Amino acid sequence: MKGKINIILTGVGGQGVITAANILGKAALKEKVNVFVSEVHGMAQRGGSVNCSVRMGEVSGPLVPSGTADVILSTEPIEALRYISYSNKNTKIITDINPVIPYTVSVGEEEYPDIDEVFKELSKYGKLYKIDAVKISKDAGALITKNIVMLGALSATGILPFPPDVFLETILENIPKKFKAMNRKAFDGGLKAIK
Amino acid sequence: MEILEDTPGKKILLLGNEAITRGAIEAGIDVATTYPGTPSSEIADTFSLIARSLIKQNKEPSYYFEYSVNEKVALEIAAAASITGLRALTCMKHVGLNVASDAFMTYLYVGCKGGHVIISADDPSCHSSQNEQDNRYFALFGNAPMLEPSTPDEAREMTRVGFDLSEEIKLPILLRTTTRLNHVRGEINLEKIQKPRGKGHFEKDPMLVTVPAIARLQHPILLEKINKAEKISEKSKFNKIINIGKPNGWGIVTSGVAYNYVKEIAEDLKLNVRILKLGMTHPIPRKMCEEFIKSCKDIVVVEELEPILENQLKVMAYEINSKVKFYGKSTGHFSRLYEFNLDIVADAFSKLFKIKNPIIKPKESKIKLPSRPPALCPGCPHRATYYAVKKAAPKTTIYPTDIGCYTLGKAPPYEVADLLLCMGSNAGTACGFAVSTDQKIISFMGDSTFFHSGIPPIIDAVHHNHDVVITVLDNRTTAMTGHQPHPGNEFDGMGRPARKILVEDVVKGCGVEHIEIVNPNKIKETTEAFKRALEFKGTSVVVSKSPCILLENRDKRKRGEKIFVYEIDQEVCRKCKICISRFSCPSFYYGDDDAIFIDSQQCNGCGNCADICPFEAISPKEAKK
Repeated sequence: MKGKINIILTGVGGQGVITAANILGKAALKEKVNVFVSEVHGMAQRGGSVNCSVRMGEVSGPLVPSGTADVILSTEPIEALRYISYSNKNTKIITDINPVIPYTVSVGEEEYPDIDEVFKELSKYGKLYKIDAVKISKDAGALITKNIVMLGALSATGILPFPPDVFLETILENIPKKFKAMNRKAFDGGLKAIK
Repeated sequence: MEILEDTPGKKILLLGNEAITRGAIEAGIDVATTYPGTPSSEIADTFSLIARSLIKQNKEPSYYFEYSVNEKVALEIAAAASITGLRALTCMKHVGLNVASDAFMTYLYVGCKGGHVIISADDPSCHSSQNEQDNRYFALFGNAPMLEPSTPDEAREMTRVGFDLSEEIKLPILLRTTTRLNHVRGEINLEKIQKPRGKGHFEKDPMLVTVPAIARLQHPILLEKINKAEKISEKSKFNKIINIGKPNGWGIVTSGVAYNYVKEIAEDLKLNVRILKLGMTHPIPRKMCEEFIKSCKDIVVVEELEPILENQLKVMAYEINSKVKFYGKSTGHFSRLYEFNLDIVADAFSKLFKIKNPIIKPKESKIKLPSRPPALCPGCPHRATYYAVKKAAPKTTIYPTDIGCYTLGKAPPYEVADLLLCMGSNAGTACGFAVSTDQKIISFMGDSTFFHSGIPPIIDAVHHNHDVVITVLDNRTTAMTGHQPHPGNEFDGMGRPARKILVEDVVKGCGVEHIEIVNPNKIKETTEAFKRALEFKGTSVVVSKSPCILLENRDKRKRGEKIFVYEIDQEVCRKCKICISRFSCPSFYYGDDDAIFIDSQQCNGCGNCADICPFEAISPKEAKK
């Protein structure tokens, strides 16, 4: 593959961000595309903000440099904004619209910003796509498929070096039989949400 | 399992740590040992997972694996295995090598027989560590040959080849990695799996007993071995020169993960440079480096943390009367702090080569975002212990703490972490505070930390009658690093039955006269126990026993038991806020008009909030989905 693809996946611990990044890596490998996936483990993982880099093509460094993300894929709105330094004006910012309120806000120590202001701000930085991944995943069968909804939306951008049907095939290979139908629905839901 | 497939040429995606395990399996590993620690944990966890899954299928694993009690014991076990001719591996986080260093330094005098690869997983930027020490110094300190991989596949290959090198040089090899290698997934090219040796044989040899007369004989032998290793380093395929563009006198010397950044930025900026990529960095290939120095007018050294290559190259340049100019840490182009990335290398190169920096960071958003700091999980028994402690102890109490999830007790409202040095330091520093102050002292350590290095300071406390309360937070696992078993469990790292050792039995054996054993979920009783321990003049130990809620709930689900989430009766709640601001469980949140609710998604059903509510407004409601 010529050129580079830089993808930032962000969200909150427990939303399947690392799993999504891993599946993306496996799909690239299957399509014979050079790929690096960078993850967070250990103390950084406990209930915190999560960010993974997925880089494909003519790349050597495992982390996406500032201002070079082709896509920021976020399972939570403010987490997209937290990692906005990876964006440039051509970046496609895809975020779930449903906030996950941090504990620091729940107990009144800090404030969660006005959600419409967050979206307005995000659209200043790149091309913003808002999707209700919570609803799509629940319609597909379970909230746990939310990360697959996000991967469907990512595939719809056309940024990946493989088409959605090939990507979906790899995703389903990595999922137990009884959950395949649910995840297929989730992926299709995400795909349509962007188109 | 894909990682066990003997299919040379096949490409699979693996985490750097899994790739190291694969490399060892390809080399026919016989004995692997560890004490878990981020960012090294998944190397050993992969050995454990493979062994457990084989044993479940009634198949015998081809190697012996254990989570040892600490890194020193892990190294000693593997060293003895190697001396009997077996291939051995020991993995640990960087600070683990401090613990193992006593064995490490003299093991190098004695040397090994079967190949032995010791992995030190360094953590530049302290992602999950108490310091960012550069363990390449250990290779120089003890004279251990060292390999530094740049990518997951190189980590696999270096591990595999490391065993051969170790047997050739007769020294253990230090494979030094960093977080950005351990926790990066990349393409792995599988090679053939060799058969393990199975059983070793120990042949007696007086040279193995390092009494002074023998040690004096062994030291020159070690230096001879390192001279031989230098010759190997000169020819090693891991040390190579890569030309980018049409080199015009500029050279770059780099190693480890930094190489990836150098290569990508040099290509992107279309530089004309020679890159000396060092993979075997101790002993450094002197002749190769001297030739490289002679071929350059200017040399940039790009290495994370300490200027180890930079200083060695400067000495060489001096010795060959070279006038080459060096750029790196000493010129301020690179920092001795934190891990590097493409941004940092691009910034330095754009200054050095007078090219516009291609990486442009957008302006930061002015919207203030709330933080998401790591916190004790909902239902964590440590929270209950801390709540009881704060009820029992006077305000001026000193709280020495230790390494584990419970270090998160540093955050408000608990603030029960006043000093942290290393594994086991809670009890030792507690004794120090006891001899230095009149303040009350309550220290905390986990059960795995207790077995690791928490026992000797308890013996010290008892012997000298230090007036301290030492708490062992016994949640029956090594939680923070991924729930690895320890000597307090009835099974081992291969999933086989093991003798369970009780913390309280050990403490009793140490001669502690005042021992309190509590279930922290009974908060009132726990508070009383801490009060009694504080009143006792001398050394007391509180063993606070309750399993990690994540494990407990996993087991409950396996058994088909229901987990009931709790709910606040809004009619009864008087908004005293004890639950949310003093007990501070992350599943609590404020709704409209300061009404307090429990998030049923987050609640793990421990029920401690129901105990501490003065108005009995909280009760179990529905089974968690």
